[in-house]
Amino acid sequence: MKIAVKLFARARDLAGTESMTVDIPAEGTVASLRGAMREVCPALAPLTPHLFVAINAQYAGDTVTIRPSDEVACFPPVSGG
Amino acid sequence: MIRLTNDPIDYAALTESVRSNQSGAVVLFLGTVREMTGGRQTVALDYECYPAMAEAKMQELLDEMRTRWPVDKAAIEHRLGHLELGDISVAAAVSCPHRVQAFEAGRWLIDELKVRVPIWKKENWSDGTTEWVHPGVPPA
Repeated sequence: MKIAVKLFARARDLAGTESMTVDIPAEGTVASLRGAMREVCPALAPLTPHLFVAINAQYAGDTVTIRPSDEVACFPPVSGG
Repeated sequence: MIRLTNDPIDYAALTESVRSNQSGAVVLFLGTVREMTGGRQTVALDYECYPAMAEAKMQELLDEMRTRWPVDKAAIEHRLGHLELGDISVAAAVSCPHRVQAFEAGRWLIDELKVRVPIWKKENWSDGTTEWVHPGVPPA
């Protein structure tokens, strides 16, 4: 299934886009999403170990399953305040 | 009350909004744009956020704070966009019956905001370069 991933801050700058589309298996997990993102966008490599994934506005660990209707985002550590 | 804004933060109004006759203590935290960081000079900061998640996380913080301290009222406002030196980037106000609770809750609120809420700042250094701030990530 095709998943659109919103990108922010340095992740967006490195990828050169606000949203990238990756293809993961049905019932794919956050871990499979991370792998697909690495393949689609090698430019993200320096950030890869540091990236957070959020599903429907909640932080999601690697074992969380992604559904087609989910809103998915990926970003480096936050620095508000 | 939670707000993300591109306009200057009215911290007096924010503080007023948490005052009540049930509270004997009001703590206000302001985050402001600092000029010097580790010997480097900042001329401005640019802030951006993931709006839906930032609002959800700030609400989650207020809800969680209430499970830990007897908070009467609380408010957070975070500014986005281009900020100059001295500008207020964030204001967090908490009222509680007593001061120790208010200080502890306010400290926890801003500490957790800085690690949980998806907002990012970009440094505009005096040498003309820019750099996203991502704690724990080596510079590009």
